[in-house]
Amino acid sequence: MELTTAFLNLLFFAILPYVALFTFFLVTIQRYRSQKFTYSSLSSQMLENQDHFWGLVPFHYGILTVLGGHIIAFLLPAQVLLWNRALPRLYITEFVMLIGGVLTVVGLLNLIIRRVRYSKVRRVTSLPDWILYGLLANQVVTGLLVALLYPWGSSWFAATAAPYLWSIVKLNPDLAYVSAVPFLVKLHVVNAWLVIGFFPFTRLVHILVVPNPYLWRKPQVVRWNWNRNDIRNTN
Amino acid sequence: MDVRSQISMVFHLDKCIGCHTCSIACKNIWTDRPGAEYMWWNNVETKPGTGYPTAWEDQEKYKGGWELRDGKLGLKSTGKRRTITNIFHHPHQPSMDDYYEPWTYDYQNLFNAPEGPDQPTAIPISMVTGEYLDIEAGPNWDDDLGGSPVYAENDPNLDGLTPEQREQLSAVERLVFFYFPRICNHCLNPGCVAACPSGALYKRGEDGIVLLDQNRCRAWRSCIAACPYKKVFYNWSTGKSEKCILCFPRIETGQAPACFHSCVGRIRYLGVLLYDAEQIESVAKRPDEELIDAHRDMVLDPFDPAVIEAALANGVHESVIDSAQKSPVYKYVKTWKIALPPHIEFRTLPMLFYVPPMSPVMASREGETVDHISDNLFHDIDESRVPMQFLANLFGAGHEAKVRYALRKQKAVRWYRRAITVGDVDMETAMRMLTEADCTVEEAEAIYKLTSLCTFDDRFVIPPAHREEAIQMLEDPMEHKQSVGFGFVARPRRGM
Ligand code: SF4
Repeated sequence: MELTTAFLNLLFFAILPYVALFTFFLVTIQRYRSQKFTYSSLSSQMLENQDHFWGLVPFHYGILTVLGGHIIAFLLPAQVLLWNRALPRLYITEFVMLIGGVLTVVGLLNLIIRRVRYSKVRRVTSLPDWILYGLLANQVVTGLLVALLYPWGSSWFAATAAPYLWSIVKLNPDLAYVSAVPFLVKLHVVNAWLVIGFFPFTRLVHILVVPNPYLWRKPQVVRWNWNRNDIRNTN
Repeated sequence: MDVRSQISMVFHLDKCIGCHTCSIACKNIWTDRPGAEYMWWNNVETKPGTGYPTAWEDQEKYKGGWELRDGKLGLKSTGKRRTITNIFHHPHQPSMDDYYEPWTYDYQNLFNAPEGPDQPTAIPISMVTGEYLDIEAGPNWDDDLGGSPVYAENDPNLDGLTPEQREQLSAVERLVFFYFPRICNHCLNPGCVAACPSGALYKRGEDGIVLLDQNRCRAWRSCIAACPYKKVFYNWSTGKSEKCILCFPRIETGQAPACFHSCVGRIRYLGVLLYDAEQIESVAKRPDEELIDAHRDMVLDPFDPAVIEAALANGVHESVIDSAQKSPVYKYVKTWKIALPPHIEFRTLPMLFYVPPMSPVMASREGETVDHISDNLFHDIDESRVPMQFLANLFGAGHEAKVRYALRKQKAVRWYRRAITVGDVDMETAMRMLTEADCTVEEAEAIYKLTSLCTFDDRFVIPPAHREEAIQMLEDPMEHKQSVGFGFVARPRRGM
């Protein structure tokens, strides 16, 4: 029994992460290089314009908040712990993250309903889309439950998950923290690795091509196929 | 002076017979694909009418084009910051209902239907879902004002018309309409380009054609809202936007674009205009009533030695300058001033110009066509069935002067030619009309020739593209020998 647990822990928290990360980097880069055309958010707003708002907007703002929280706690665990020391600040952090989680769940639910409900939108929903919706639903629901059942996640994430994640990054997986967490949290972690591994096979790649030079560039874009002056001046 | 060349166009509305050949030519070449079925890069609208997509001119609804905010030029739909917040859900994006749901027919049913008391029919099926469809509207549902007065009554250009004028427009036996063929205007200050968060849209430096880089488009959809003419479309299947490419592969090989080439009424003219790119921003900021003149002033005289020198210094090829000198567009827009930009108040500086239609104006004279007893020889222009204000809303940013000028000149040319060929009006009156319309005899002859007797080569003066130089610059052709060839070789397959 002990052994199986140890083996499962190894499989899900040490081997799976590397498989997922390896796939993530390899396929994302390869896909960008060979199939640039497929990098798109594949918006379906033009096929259905009303429910779109109630799904896309809460989902994106929610997930950005939650994901941002995870990343900050991963990058700056010590600072997060310090920040959380004053109770009001802890409450604020938890509250904001909870709101983010609720928005995400509500948004995702609306998205899934919309996909099922409108035949035009169903027409542009692929198998990878459905798998992705399954994974994401699992991810956000477990996440929200964890937040409700095991409070002060912003603190214990910094104290347990962050060291675990860093140990993965340092190629020296330390399973001590993660094997001790409740089952629900484990599920959340394993599912996260699945999402990362599946990422390059889905429309999620649009996250990597969000516009950034836009805010700085000049409004008009002109492309010259060739510079005739250069050609003339070669002789 | 930053001289650039632009392939520009004139559509002579008096000659359009509304046959839609242009639309079909375009559809068969470019938009006969999954996801593009609903797109009409070229479409022909009946005016008055709401057009395609429905009421596209209503910028209260779609927020297309530019506006001046405290002297600064900004997109109506999206400031830079708002582009980022609109990225999840664009509040001004038209949906398929604003265009129409494309359909085909279940022809199999004609053969397979079980025996019954009724004749089997080919039932319409949606080209999106494949399900049976109840057709409610199409891209051209109000052709020739057919169907219902709802379309004509809701034309946004009726703004500013009195109720009597509106009523007159649709009065029985006085009903009037004309056709308004539309393609992308390949603007100098395109809203779509400025709105694209990914920088996928661009204007080609060499000939000013506005294109959309399919590999860089990420379906943020800002362009669709930002184009006030609604000439950027979203391909729901590939997840990329698309637009009229002015048949650049044809232009580069010296052929007229498909819609131009096939035009039955020969209403279409294409040629080079040289313009001063430095002025784009300042012109786009002018008040409405000055826009047409300022836009016209940007277009440079291709015979002026200073312009030629600046053009050469800027890398414009001699052959392109030569084309600019022969350009029919230059004559209509600049020399004769009878071609006007559509809705220049959107401030994208369109490079497709329209000669406003005369026929419905002339046809207002019932019975005796040669009646001109009035002292004001142009009286029937102002008493025309199409109220001047309506044309002015379309082609004059709401101001009648430029439209009236164009119509008067056209009418004078007609009288002059009538005096020569038919002889039932006297030459003296015709000459007086010419003078009043600011037109000389030579000019009248030239307008008459280019309007009525124009050959293919008069209408389309296409500059050589000098693609050979471009290819040498970009890559070595030998590298592609026995391989895949140039360009976009993968199938445009939708992403996962
Ligand atoms: S082909 Fe020419 S005449 Fe026919 S509808 Fe098109 S623009 Fe008008």
